[in-house]
Amino acid sequence: MSDSIEDLEIQLLLEALHQRYHYDFRHYARASIKRRLAQARAQLGFPTISALQDRVLHDPNMLPRLLDFLTVQVSEMFRDPSYFRALRETVLPHLRTYPSLKVWIAGCSMGEEVYSLAILFREEGLYDRTIFYATDINPEALAAAEAGVYALDRIRKFTENHQKSGGKSSLSDYYTAAYGRAAFDKSLRSRVVFSDHSLVTDAVFAEMHLISCRNVMIYFDRPLQDRAIGLFRDSLTRKGFLGLGSKESLRFSAHAGAFVEFVEGEKIYQRRDP
Amino acid sequence: MSRPPPAAIVIGASAGAVQALLTILPALPASFPLPVLVVVHVPADRDNVLVPLLQAKCRLTVKEAEDKEPISAGVVYFAPSDYHLLVETDGGLALSTDEAVNYSRPAIDVLFESAADVYGASLIGVILTGANHDGARGLRAVCDAGGVAIVQDKAEAYATAMPAAARDACPAATTMTLDAIASYLASLGVA
Ligand SMILES: C[S@@+](CC[C@H](N)C(=O)[O-])C[C@H]1O[C@@H](n2cnc3c(N)ncnc32)[C@H](O)[C@@H]1O
Repeated sequence: MSDSIEDLEIQLLLEALHQRYHYDFRHYARASIKRRLAQARAQLGFPTISALQDRVLHDPNMLPRLLDFLTVQVSEMFRDPSYFRALRETVLPHLRTYPSLKVWIAGCSMGEEVYSLAILFREEGLYDRTIFYATDINPEALAAAEAGVYALDRIRKFTENHQKSGGKSSLSDYYTAAYGRAAFDKSLRSRVVFSDHSLVTDAVFAEMHLISCRNVMIYFDRPLQDRAIGLFRDSLTRKGFLGLGSKESLRFSAHAGAFVEFVEGEKIYQRRDP
Repeated sequence: MSRPPPAAIVIGASAGAVQALLTILPALPASFPLPVLVVVHVPADRDNVLVPLLQAKCRLTVKEAEDKEPISAGVVYFAPSDYHLLVETDGGLALSTDEAVNYSRPAIDVLFESAADVYGASLIGVILTGANHDGARGLRAVCDAGGVAIVQDKAEAYATAMPAAARDACPAATTMTLDAIASYLASLGVA
């Protein structure tokens, strides 16, 4: 039914992005890519997806603009507070037994999740023994994550979430507000390594105790989800933890057997002994 | 030109949705041969209470849609609160946290447009009561793909803006009362 000209154009554009720029969206969930490319085409002012493809192939300056449509930067601090509460109450007591820790936030967007975890680890006294790896494929999002500055009107929601997550401090201890913006304290990123890493095309880079990858795999098709989950399995230490978004699960995955559900309902899994 | 037999039903509703759905969904027989995909606007941080409520009254299985779940006939899938629900090109379901559309997530337009894309003329789209304009573009996409478009009769809708906007966007849509929609859909189950 849906083998329209537009579908063909999308196919060709994704192929072009991959071959020219090594951004591989070919196995992203297609219905949502299609919506977002339709938006990109309209808002960037091209008559067809093919015209957009022509431009992005010849003009690298177009790439970041297109990436902003193809990657979804919707996030908040302490998004789904019960997830952070479960980490605090159930996972951190295990992590506490290690002398040093590595945590990977995969698909960190503009850093909301990174600062949330940094604050959680600081409240629980684990920050100083932890190295955080915050990765994403969108360079502008990574730069924003590193800057840690958010519009002031988002802070109310962040504060409410933080409280609901069982926060032991006040969020306002961690930022300074000026000119309609809240700038988070740089001590929260002193142990964070920000880097460009794709779950589609890149490999294992360190051995982690906790991986938090939320609302990223939801944009992948099933084979691609399997690749990413395989990567997480291979990156986790024995009995390491994997946290997913609240509507993501390992249920349909080929690697489901490599994990046990650790906190029911919160999509927090533990790697089985290999 | 005759239409292919229906393959799926999409329903969108907002203010007054519960009463409307309680008229339609319990009327569907246990052997209903089509999947039913529903978007209802609910407050973002309140869990979907609709599913258990409707499950108690329906003969069909009623559930919250899961990401990458295959679509089964005779099951009613609800979009979870705070996620868009889409039909994937391989015929499965997908969720997304993309920006709100028409200030709504889930948005009716997102479901209807993706479903129209996959099911084409085999889709039935139904817009019920609601106080905003979500679903108008979506119902238009259903019409454009050759599917069946239905809007609830304004005379009985709890809130009329949504069926009216859908009707304006898609003049070919048929206006029906809830009872008529219920018996029309139920009749699809009888060979
Ligand atoms: C919806 S945001 C999720 C942000 C945050 N984790 C949360 O749950 O709030 C998705 C992020 O995944 C990133 N992303 C998309 N494809 C990716 C890939 N192949 N590898 C790593 N990150 C990716 C996007 O750039 C975006 O920042």
